[in-house]
Amino acid sequence: MQDLGIRVLFMGNNFLRLLGGLWITLKISLLAVALSVVLGTLLGAVMTIKHPVIRAVTRFYLEFIRIMPQLVLLFLVYFGLTKSFGINLSGQVSAVIVFTLWGTAEMGDLVRGALISIPAHQYESGAALGLTKAQIFLYIVIPQTLRRLVPLAINLTTRMIKTTSLIVMIGVVEVLKVAQQIIEANRYTVPDAALWIYGTIFFLYFLACWPISLLASWLEKRWKN
Amino acid sequence: MKKAMRWLLIFTLLAAVLAGCGAKENGSGGETKAQGENGGETKAQGDGDIYRTLDEIRESGKIVIGVFSDKNPFGYVDENGKYQGYDVYFAERIAKDLGVEIEYVSTEAASRVEYLKTGKVDVILANFTVTEERAQEVDFALPYMKVALGVVSPDSALITSADDLKGKTLIVAKGTTAETYFTENYPDVKLLKFDQYTEAYNALLDGRGDALSTDNTEVLAWALQNEGFSVGIESLGDLDTIAPAVSKGNTTLMEWINEEIEALADEQFFHEDYKATLEPVYGSEVDIDSLVVEGGKVE
Repeated sequence: MQDLGIRVLFMGNNFLRLLGGLWITLKISLLAVALSVVLGTLLGAVMTIKHPVIRAVTRFYLEFIRIMPQLVLLFLVYFGLTKSFGINLSGQVSAVIVFTLWGTAEMGDLVRGALISIPAHQYESGAALGLTKAQIFLYIVIPQTLRRLVPLAINLTTRMIKTTSLIVMIGVVEVLKVAQQIIEANRYTVPDAALWIYGTIFFLYFLACWPISLLASWLEKRWKN
Repeated sequence: MKKAMRWLLIFTLLAAVLAGCGAKENGSGGETKAQGENGGETKAQGDGDIYRTLDEIRESGKIVIGVFSDKNPFGYVDENGKYQGYDVYFAERIAKDLGVEIEYVSTEAASRVEYLKTGKVDVILANFTVTEERAQEVDFALPYMKVALGVVSPDSALITSADDLKGKTLIVAKGTTAETYFTENYPDVKLLKFDQYTEAYNALLDGRGDALSTDNTEVLAWALQNEGFSVGIESLGDLDTIAPAVSKGNTTLMEWINEEIEALADEQFFHEDYKATLEPVYGSEVDIDSLVVEGGKVE
């Protein structure tokens, strides 16, 4: 009986289907992460500007995204846009939009936090050495900000990869849904498939997130000196 | 750059907020209308509506059907990635008789109504139980299946009628129709309630109750796997029907499906469907007519 569960993994195309699901997960999350890093960095820079209107707007955007559950945002973009404006986006495009909106908001706040955490004397010392404003940013502020940002950004990235399991609600079949399909299809013949399939899913998510953690620690080590 | 960024943000926010308001308005009644491109050449009510009429579906050569992808044996995906099940068997027939290709969309219980309200699928065939609340949001065609309550009990003390249960302990899951039905109609039956189905079934196995009641399809499947237990009552309580659903107002498609269901009665299509998809799970001793509806007629 011990080997019954794992048999499911090798039936038909099951394992390939799981990998296909993982590819959908990674495609959507990594695309959203890439967009979020770029847009979030810009947003973070904008958020440090001391202007009441800019402050209010960025603050509202951040709080709106933060308070709204991702599932609600997904429904708003996928179903809401069609209902209100007749804009018919595919599930995958909607997912990338929502995850980018979310990632940009959170990344923006992280960048803002990292930027304002650079003490004023760093700027002043730079100016005292005769560096121009651009030079201060390029050689003093940005390197320090990046170092502070890496662990936070990695957390956000892995969180985004795992949260993609929600996109099944808008009809995108990703890795977790494929797993559930496999478990359910064998519900009557192989009741203990769940343990094995979820174990495989754990391993796949680990494989997806581990390189990102490795990259982070490599960067941290490299920047130590 | 900063200015551009600001405008981009304002625009995004406005879009999000508007979408939110729009969604609410639609929820509280009123017909859903898309402002997108017009249907053009189609019939009277066809233009500007969110759904695709029968002619539009035929013309496009493809029908989009929302099914479950993880509800064995109604709609699921087999090891080769192919959709299977009782609902899917019918979906395949619809596509064949319409002469179009079929595109499946994997739906969840909670998003089935939304898919129809936005016209993202043409038909939902996902074990969709007909209820009054749902009928206000979508249009149901004729039913092709029915569900009622079933009662499973040990063979040694088989319960064959609801009166047998008087003074005995019946196991139910909280929030199910079984709970409400027995509370209202059989107050003499002692109810033992559980949050989850697994707990409830385990309680029956342990002998903590005399019988267990939930949807008849569920108990039938369970009894087949657990030796020593049988379904003594196969159909009890209010009969719920399961029917295909289309977007509200999509009469051309609904009427076609109705005609199709009526026509299929001649060849006893749903009996065939049952034999191909449900019988392996429910066993051959079940009375097919307690589950299957032919020609949309529920006795």
